Amino acid sequence: MKSRMNKIFFLSICMVLFLFSAGCGNSAEGKNGEVIVYNWGEYLDPEVISLFEAETGIQVIYDEFETNEIMFPKVEAGATQYDVICPSDYMIQKMMEHGLLAELNFDNIPNAKANIGAQYWDRSKEFDPENKYSVPYCWGTVGILYNKTMVSEPIDSWSVLWDEQYQDNILMQDSVRDAFMVGLKLNGYSMNSTDAGELEKAKNSLILQKPLVQAYVVDQVRDKMIGNEAAIGVIYSGEAIYTQRENPDLEYVIPKEGTNVWIDSWVIAKNAPNKENGEKFIDFMCRPDIALMNFEYITYSTPNDAARELIEDDDIRNSSIAFPDLNQYQNLETYRYLGEEADQMYNSLWKEVKSE
Amino acid sequence: MKNNGLTGKLLSSPYIVWAVIFIIVPLGMVFYYGLTDKTGAFTIDNVTAIMSAEHAKALWISLGLSLISTMICFFLAYPLAAILANMNVSQHSFIVLIFILPMWMNFLLRTLAWQALLEKTGVINNILAFFHLPALNIINTPYAIILGMVYNFLPFMVLPIYNSLVKIDPNVVNAAKDLGANRIQTFFKITLPLSIPGIISGITMVFIPALTTFVISKLLGGSKILLIGNVIEEEFTQAGNWHLGSGLSIVLMIFIIVNMAASAIFDKDGEGSLL
Repeated sequence: MKSRMNKIFFLSICMVLFLFSAGCGNSAEGKNGEVIVYNWGEYLDPEVISLFEAETGIQVIYDEFETNEIMFPKVEAGATQYDVICPSDYMIQKMMEHGLLAELNFDNIPNAKANIGAQYWDRSKEFDPENKYSVPYCWGTVGILYNKTMVSEPIDSWSVLWDEQYQDNILMQDSVRDAFMVGLKLNGYSMNSTDAGELEKAKNSLILQKPLVQAYVVDQVRDKMIGNEAAIGVIYSGEAIYTQRENPDLEYVIPKEGTNVWIDSWVIAKNAPNKENGEKFIDFMCRPDIALMNFEYITYSTPNDAARELIEDDDIRNSSIAFPDLNQYQNLETYRYLGEEADQMYNSLWKEVKSE
Repeated sequence: MKNNGLTGKLLSSPYIVWAVIFIIVPLGMVFYYGLTDKTGAFTIDNVTAIMSAEHAKALWISLGLSLISTMICFFLAYPLAAILANMNVSQHSFIVLIFILPMWMNFLLRTLAWQALLEKTGVINNILAFFHLPALNIINTPYAIILGMVYNFLPFMVLPIYNSLVKIDPNVVNAAKDLGANRIQTFFKITLPLSIPGIISGITMVFIPALTTFVISKLLGGSKILLIGNVIEEEFTQAGNWHLGSGLSIVLMIFIIVNMAASAIFDKDGEGSLL
């Protein structure tokens, strides 16, 4: 009996050790080391990773995040050391200010300067003034997606989201900055406002709007609009192309009051264990054929001009949704990091809207 | 028994290691974050923040909705458990299986399925429209949240009550009848008191997850109704304020501990446990 007990004990210890080693070890390293990538969910064609691994012999360890705000504390705490990360504009600025980013060595990323359009580098200067830390990966606008069978009048303004005839037919974005962007723009303010009075007005507008809103959603706006669940939704332009493919009744507009032009860019963490491999990865992502694969998979606009040239479908290549001529629009802005105090103000005002 | 002492300790060691890593350490971190501010100095502001208007309101709504759901679960579960307990083995195991079967599916998927059912253009409304019946508009309202809670947590109420009912010695019931009690008296004086451990355990297992949920209100409530679970979740995922999120979690833990203490008092022998 005792020996059997010992066996059970031995086995259970083995189990624990096994679980541990499975958690910490990484026995199957690529022959040229590895690169740890931290990207948005569903933001890359998985085949691209296999191609990269096959061509370079660098093993990719891939991890995903849902929001910039989830990513930031993980990188800041340094518990997991990432090499390549893909944050959005304002978060890049915040990470820079917190000293979390490494300067890129563009000699190792020749594809970046060669293929990515000048206008995207210019726009990146809003958050990365010398273009030293980031390489644009995806960009787009935020606008209104509406169903032509449910909306008869022409839509060109955020004010339609306050129109009572669409009560219970409106989908709003469920995130602080995006919701306040709409509220601020409606009132004619900058979406980077930190003025308490302006934010208060935007908050009141959002509270006024709440009875008309069917639901506050993030990714689900896509499926709900495709399924004719609502007439109007606030959506990212990258999703708009996908929804139109699935439901031709949908139309996307950039409101005349202006909107957010956002950029998600590749950056390298200051404490990156494999900086050079990371730069190789970014360079690979900037290759026109790879950027095209990613664009076709995720449908978010690519800043890679060379990749855009390769798009076969004329309608997509010249799509005013994927590649709008930004000079046509006024009051386009890019989010800036507003500092901790302003962040707190936004968050508590948003909570007031949500608990109303 | 004494011989078993050592082997018992050894056998439990994997679980103890597991519990320390995945229960004690995270709990310690919640308390650390909850009781400090961004500079790392001690503060109770994050806990007392529950008094602010928005947080108190969210907690209040959460308490209300989870109480209602628990009551509905109880009134649905008790008769069902009683019917199950009176069946013979082959019949009841089939029905228990039907009850447990959906639990093998992921909780998120099941809640998402309810969204697809309840939506304006969803399955139920399509069927209603086919028969020219008025549409059911409960999606994105508190009713849909209650429905989601009841649906998801009902098995946790049925099984403990069922367990405590089958354990009642039929002779006790027969004795009551012998002594002249009618069915109603037997139920209220014998069966119900004897099943209290199961009821308490069921209430705990429904009330706590209902109180802390944030997924159901997100998917079925359209994020328009802010529950305390949503407030905490957003502090972590959107506002990036782990300190406030942890502080509010500590407040929720107080409710959980009170609830657990109540169930420990009434269910000393662990009779009403699920398994």
